[in-house]
Amino acid sequence: MFQVMPDQAVSLRGLRKSFGPVEAVAGIDLDVADGEFFAMLGPSGSGKTTVLRMIAGFESPTAGTVELGGRDVTRLAPFERDVNTVFQDYALFPHMSVLDNVEYGLRVKKVPRAERRERALAALRSVRLEGFEKRRPAQLSGGQRQRVALARALVNRPRVLLLDEPLGALDLKLREEMQVELKAIQREVGITFLFVTHDQEEALTMSDRIAVFNQGGIEQVGTPAEVYERPATAFVAAFVGTSNLISGDAARAVLGREGTFSVRPEKLRVVLGEEPPGPDEHEAAGVIREVVYAGPATRFVVDLDAGGRLIALQQNLQASSMDVTGLRGARVRLVWNRRHEFPIDAPAEPVAAG
Amino acid sequence: MTTITTTAASPRRRAASFLHRHAGVRLSLLLSAPLAWLGLAYLGALAALLVTAFWSTDVFTGDVVKVFTWANFTDLVTGEVYRTVALRSIGVAAAVTLIDLVVAFPMAFAMAKLASPRAQRWLVIAVLTPLWASYLVKAYAWRVMLSSDGVLGWGYGLTATVVTLSYLWLPYMILPIYAGLERLPNSLLDAAGDLGARGWRTFRTVVWPLTFPAAVAGSIFTFSLSLGDYITVKIVGGKTQLIGNVVYDNIGAANNLPFAAAVATVPVVIMLVYLAAVRRTGALENL
Repeated sequence: MFQVMPDQAVSLRGLRKSFGPVEAVAGIDLDVADGEFFAMLGPSGSGKTTVLRMIAGFESPTAGTVELGGRDVTRLAPFERDVNTVFQDYALFPHMSVLDNVEYGLRVKKVPRAERRERALAALRSVRLEGFEKRRPAQLSGGQRQRVALARALVNRPRVLLLDEPLGALDLKLREEMQVELKAIQREVGITFLFVTHDQEEALTMSDRIAVFNQGGIEQVGTPAEVYERPATAFVAAFVGTSNLISGDAARAVLGREGTFSVRPEKLRVVLGEEPPGPDEHEAAGVIREVVYAGPATRFVVDLDAGGRLIALQQNLQASSMDVTGLRGARVRLVWNRRHEFPIDAPAEPVAAG
Repeated sequence: MTTITTTAASPRRRAASFLHRHAGVRLSLLLSAPLAWLGLAYLGALAALLVTAFWSTDVFTGDVVKVFTWANFTDLVTGEVYRTVALRSIGVAAAVTLIDLVVAFPMAFAMAKLASPRAQRWLVIAVLTPLWASYLVKAYAWRVMLSSDGVLGWGYGLTATVVTLSYLWLPYMILPIYAGLERLPNSLLDAAGDLGARGWRTFRTVVWPLTFPAAVAGSIFTFSLSLGDYITVKIVGGKTQLIGNVVYDNIGAANNLPFAAAVATVPVVIMLVYLAAVRRTGALENL
C-alpha cells in the first residue's frame, strides 16, 4: 500500500454510460500508466469502444470521471483534451492530400508553417510513408491509410493515443505486419497507446497490459501472460484463448478438489503408453474424440472418463498428419503440471463490475 | 412444376430466352417508350420554342408570320427594359438561392447529424409537407401575411417576392444538402474535433468542402425555379417585373408569341451557362 504509483496517463473512476435503458458501461475503474501499450479487449457490445469515446470526449459519461495526466477532463470537449484518436475507418479527410491531413492538427494549433511542414514530414517518415505527401486518401491502400491516420494523430504528440480497432479493416498478412510495426512505433515515440480490440491474439501480441471487458464491466486487468495463464473468471478463460475447464465431478475425481479450474491446451501432454505421472503432475484418462491437424500443431479433443471434455494442443515435432489422425478413438491419458491449473470464479453469472 | 422444364417450345419461353441472349434488343424495348417521350414531348417542345423565337407577328392581323428573322433577339438585346428585367431576375434568383442556402444548411445539419433517427424521419416529412400543398395557396398565404394589415405587413414588391420565393423553394435546397450530409461520415466530424478544431473551423475545412457539391445541386433547383417564376411576383410583387412576366404578358396581352418565345430562351441560356459553370464541382452527381 506504500508503493509509489507511476504517473497515470489515464484514470477512470466509476465511469458509467447509459443510452436510454441500455447500460453500455456499468461503472468501471481503470488506470493506465504513462508510456504503456494498453489494450481494452472484449466482444462487441462489451462497452470498450464507448469507454474509448468517453476518454476522447465524443461521448459524455452518465456518471464518473475521466482524468488525463491527473487533470479532470470529464466535461471538456474533444478539442480541449490532450489525446488523439486513430479511428476504425481512419476518418481521413478525403478532399485533402496526405500532407494536409497530417498537418491539420498543427494548423489548428497555429504551429508556424516551416515547423509544421517539418513535423508532418517527420511523422510520415516514422510510419514509412515518405513520397506519399501529395496523394489523396482514395489513392492509398488500406494499410497506407491506416498509417496516415497514425501519423496524423502522432504528429500532435498527444499525452495518450487512442486507437479504435486499428487493424480491424486490414487483411491477415498486413495485420500481422502492422502489429509488429505499431509496437515498434510506440516504443520509438514513447506515447501511451490505448487501443480497443476484439481480437485476443492482437491484444496478447501488442500490449503491456490488457483489460478484458464483458457486458460493460472489466473482468480482469493484467499483463498478457497473467490474463492468458491465470484467467480470473470463466469469461476470461473462454474469451482469451481456448477455454479448458475442469469442474464439478471431474474436478473432484481428477484433482480431488471442489471448484472450477482452468488449464490451457498447450500445457496438457497426451500420453499413449504407461508412463507414470511425476510427483507434481495431475493426470486424467479419456478417449480421443476428435483430431484436428493444423500444420505446426495438432488439437486433440478428449472426453474424460470422469466427465467433461478437454482440448490438448501438441506441437507436431515428429508427427505428421497420417500419424495423428489415426489416433481418433484411442484411449489416452492427459498429464499436466499442477502449477498450470488455476481456480476460477464459479461459472460466472456475468459480473457487472462496480 | 415439372412442366416448366418440358414446355421448352412455349412461345413465351422462347421470347424470354431470345431476349436473354440479345441484350441490345431487350434494352431498346425497355427504353423506347421513355426515349420517345423525352425526344418528342420534351426536347420537341424546346425545339418548337426555339423555332418560334425566330418568327414574327403581323402587326395588323396579329397572326404569326413563319419567316426567319433575328428581330426578336435584336429587340431583346437592344431594349434597355429587357436587360433590366433580365438582370433583376438573375438578382432575385441569386438572392433566393443565397437565403435558402443560409436557412437550409443549419436545418439540414440538424436533421442529418443531431436528430435521433425517429426525429429525423419526422423532420423529413415536415420539410416535404409544404410541397404537397398548392403553390397558389402558399403564395396567397404570403400575400395575406405581407399585406399592410397582415402579420408581417411589409407590403408588396421586390423584397416580398424574394421572401416568398425563398419560402417556396426551401425544400429543394434542404433535401440535397441533407442527403449530402447523410453521406458525410460522422467520424470525420469527430476527427476534426479530435485534432483540435472547434465548430466553425470544422465547418469551414471539413463539412463545407465535402457538402459543397450538394449545396450547388440545391442551388440549381432554387435558381432555375426562381428564374422562371411569374405567379409569385404577380401575387406579391406589386409592380415588379421579372422575365416570367414578360413572357406571360407577351403571350397574353400583347399576343406576340414569337417574342415571348425569344424572351423564354433567356432563362434557358442562363441555366445552361450556370450548369456549365458548376459541372466541375461534381454537383450534377448530387442531383
